[in-house]
Amino acid sequence: MLADKDRIFTNLYGYQSWSLEAARKRGDWDETKALLARGQDAIIEEIKTSGLRGRGGAGFPTGLKWSFMPKESRDGRPSFLVINADESEPGSCKDREIIRHDPHKLIEGALVAGFAMRARAAYVYIRGEYIREAETFQKALDEAYDAGLIGKNASGSGYDFDVFLHRGAGAYICGEETAMIESLEGKKGQPRLKPPFPAGAGLYGCPTTVNNVESIAVAPTILRRGAGWFASFGRENNKGTKLFQISGHVEKPCVVEEAMSIPFRELIEKHCGGIRGGWDNLLAVIPGGSSVPLVPAKDVIDMPLDFDGCKDAGSGLGTAGIIVMDKSTDIVRAISRLSYFYKHESCGQCTPCREGTGWMWRVMQRLRTGDAHIDEIDMLQQVTKQVEGHTICALGDAAAWPIQGLIRHFRPELERRIAQNDAMREAAE
Amino acid sequence: MPKVTVDGQEIEVPNGATVLQACELAGKEIPRFCYHERLSIAGNCRMCLVEVKPGPPKPQASCALPATEGQEIRTDTPMVKSAREGVMEFLLINHPLDCPICDQGGECDLQDQSVAYGRGGSRYHENKRAVTEKYMGPLIKTVMTRCIHCTRCVRFSEEIAGVDEIGALYRGEDMQITTYLEQAAEHELSANVIDLCPVGALTSRPYAFEARPWELKKTLSIDVSDAVGANIRLDSRGREVMRALPRINDDVNEEWLSDKGRYMVDGLTRKRLDRVWIRRKGKLQPASWEEAFKAIAKAQKSSGPQGSIAAIAGDLVDCETMFAAKRLVNALGSTLLEGRQTGMSYPATNLAAVNFNSTFAGIETADAILIVGSHVRWEAPLVNVRLRKAAKAGAKVFVVGPHWDTTYPAEFLGDDAAVLHDLPGHVTEALAKARRPAVIVGGAGLAKGALDAALALPVQREGWNGFNVLHMAASRMGGLMLGYAQKGGIKDIVDAAPKLVLALGADEVDWSAFAGSLKVYIGHHGDKGAHAADIILPAAAYSEKDGTYVNTEGRVQFAEKAVFAPGDAREDWTILRALADALGVSVGFDSFAELQAAMIAEVPALGEEGLANYGALPKPGKGRAPKRATGRIAYPIKDFYLTNAIARASVVMQECSAELVHGQVLEAAE
Repeated sequence: MLADKDRIFTNLYGYQSWSLEAARKRGDWDETKALLARGQDAIIEEIKTSGLRGRGGAGFPTGLKWSFMPKESRDGRPSFLVINADESEPGSCKDREIIRHDPHKLIEGALVAGFAMRARAAYVYIRGEYIREAETFQKALDEAYDAGLIGKNASGSGYDFDVFLHRGAGAYICGEETAMIESLEGKKGQPRLKPPFPAGAGLYGCPTTVNNVESIAVAPTILRRGAGWFASFGRENNKGTKLFQISGHVEKPCVVEEAMSIPFRELIEKHCGGIRGGWDNLLAVIPGGSSVPLVPAKDVIDMPLDFDGCKDAGSGLGTAGIIVMDKSTDIVRAISRLSYFYKHESCGQCTPCREGTGWMWRVMQRLRTGDAHIDEIDMLQQVTKQVEGHTICALGDAAAWPIQGLIRHFRPELERRIAQNDAMREAAE
Repeated sequence: MPKVTVDGQEIEVPNGATVLQACELAGKEIPRFCYHERLSIAGNCRMCLVEVKPGPPKPQASCALPATEGQEIRTDTPMVKSAREGVMEFLLINHPLDCPICDQGGECDLQDQSVAYGRGGSRYHENKRAVTEKYMGPLIKTVMTRCIHCTRCVRFSEEIAGVDEIGALYRGEDMQITTYLEQAAEHELSANVIDLCPVGALTSRPYAFEARPWELKKTLSIDVSDAVGANIRLDSRGREVMRALPRINDDVNEEWLSDKGRYMVDGLTRKRLDRVWIRRKGKLQPASWEEAFKAIAKAQKSSGPQGSIAAIAGDLVDCETMFAAKRLVNALGSTLLEGRQTGMSYPATNLAAVNFNSTFAGIETADAILIVGSHVRWEAPLVNVRLRKAAKAGAKVFVVGPHWDTTYPAEFLGDDAAVLHDLPGHVTEALAKARRPAVIVGGAGLAKGALDAALALPVQREGWNGFNVLHMAASRMGGLMLGYAQKGGIKDIVDAAPKLVLALGADEVDWSAFAGSLKVYIGHHGDKGAHAADIILPAAAYSEKDGTYVNTEGRVQFAEKAVFAPGDAREDWTILRALADALGVSVGFDSFAELQAAMIAEVPALGEEGLANYGALPKPGKGRAPKRATGRIAYPIKDFYLTNAIARASVVMQECSAELVHGQVLEAAE
């Protein structure tokens, strides 16, 4: 279990104030000038060494991502940092805790990361529904500006850096990095084609890096305590600490910071009071927010919760939004609800996702009650394969994977419902 | 020049080419819906997926992927085949299978590609999506349930037309394409989205349910609605032109056509002159050709041995008609020829000084442009598209004249033409510093004597002639080449008071000045010219005769005959030839071929398709005092949709004028 002294987010539960004064007592904004004085390349190198991988879901090495930004502007274009606080993934609720209880970690992280990638400003794109969180964050920003921590000559470093808060309008797709850039520019939130990648031409055509809130917020602490400290947690290639968000059928759902690679059983036992009704009552777990395939009970119990561990189990760590389902769950209905979510949130730009998400949802609706033909399970599987990997952004994949997981692990359940429905119909005739 | 391999075949592709273009160079067909050469890349239909190595182990959208050295592209693997089948299936699940009642049938990309790349049957048994109709104005008919969301129409209006008229609402499978607040699309190129639409979502409203593409005879022709000379294809069935579509010509119209050129064709069957009329006791009465010729001969005889005859050419006539009339007038001993109906009298001795010298393609590359008295959007919408491209590439645009919506940033320098003699410092500086400066003098500028002042501007560079005149009449440059210009303009003809005036489709002339003349109208529509005429000889419209046209760039182009003229109407040159016999003179040709040969012998440039060479620009003011530009500029076109006799006769153009120019919303008849 992660010792309290090793926690990065020391006010995760809001037991203390979020204000600048309280944050300073917790160690934020401590000699930020000295951190910046190490120089851009040293900071990026430190983050690289720490093994920090993006906390937004894809797990791309953060230091490497920062290093893609141009070292100098040849044509006068500024660079930008965009911080993705559009946390809309069902099952994810970590960024919210950071923003409302520890906003100064994020602001300081924005300065450090923005400085390292030579960005002119950071845009924090916050989910529209996070109204109180946005208010808190704006107040924290004002505090930081008033204290001279950001703005002109940020923290006395001689570097000018602005942080802007931008509120979204509630579309899930705006959490996709290029759709977020479009939305920031005032356009319809639709993902862009890549290439060009944002590091070459992103916000307003300028070099841009889009990072998750958690990836940015941990950066100052990594620099203060050293890459070696951060890398001492977790398995090779899956370093560091991570906010896990456990929801569903556990005794005490919670958000908790833990070391990476912690086994599922240990996490649940230590922080969540165990599975509701005991371990025998566990049906399946979605380990990384709604977009990843579910993992059945037998595979999940000893699974190390990290990128590779989840991948080996045929799923993904995603945002570590762990949805636990016990045997009272109507698993088909659960997945069919996720299908509705993706149908509702597809931006409608490219064909497979626009048409496929609706099709998949409609078939899932019928599979719920068994009102389908047995062949339709295979057809549904094929349709998910026709969507997966054929779209501009990853929403198509995200819509396909939960269904693929369901068919992979719960095909007998689907068949049983169809058989039962057929029998009922025959009986009625 | 990267080298790539397409299905095992190694080819070299130009720098900056996409994988799709590489495949096309290798002779592979790549199906596509959203990709269009002249629009930005959207990459959203996903039909053009191919397999590319190196790259992720999934198919890639070839339209958006740059071709790079050493790429291995496959278009024939099972992965590509199943990807295409999958996308096609998705496109069809919510697309109504109503091809038998769809106007796009027979020329539908979705239909063609589903045959070539689709699966045999459907596996979709849920309800199909239905989308409410959207109103897009009198020209565009919508059946939005058929829309496949390729966004070509959206990109066209944003990028080419430069207006934010069409966009997408909502998201996911509820996404809908519509005009802003369902108002009519008002841009004068709006109907091009019909051609761009790969399915039957946007079809032609006037042409709805009129014909199937395979029933139509296709004739190559030239648009006469303005002086751009857009290349068009006339689709006709029997004796009726059903529709006009643009042909691709990168030098002239790219692949667009103005709404007027496209939709005035229904005017070709209305208000036509299809018999001979003679005015008796103040009233026009039907007559025979013989009676008419006798009456003309009588008037001619009474004028003495030296013929007192003049010919005035209208805006739509071809060079052959003008040449035949010229021969006739010359044979009768007169040289009174004029085409500038509204009284303009700019010098036409040096044609380079009244030509669009930079060419349309060239003006795209200009970096500073001064427009003098031209409402380009109405006078030549296709040229405005080029100007918009130049402005997007960074050109500074200045306009002398009343304000109009340019669709690109432009600075208006006031209405007074005299400003040309006293241009603001930053304008002269912009023109002087520009690598390719240009000036465009429009009809309204010419009318205020702006030609000399414009000629004095420093718009010449090594290998670049930025002096341009933008005419509005399809016949103008041809007429000037054939000598249809008096020194004092039409006033010279009024002063000469000829006994006989041949009006070659001339509808814009103030005929009250010719009270003492016998006015013979040779034309095709019962418009202003015919109303004033004493004798009407029914002739052929541009669709009913072969002809040569010269556009405002001096580009000689040939149009072919699509249909026969109605009733007693004859091709213009045959009327003039017969008239020569009636008047007892010889014009030196008996067939159209002889006429053309004689014309080419006199003006060799008319025999060669392409840009005519008019030589060097005159030195301003050489040999005569340069004229001063003065007076408030007023654009001659008051209503874009009703600028010529054919358009005025067209019901569609009248509807457009009422709704789009005058803002009347037509209510459905109760």
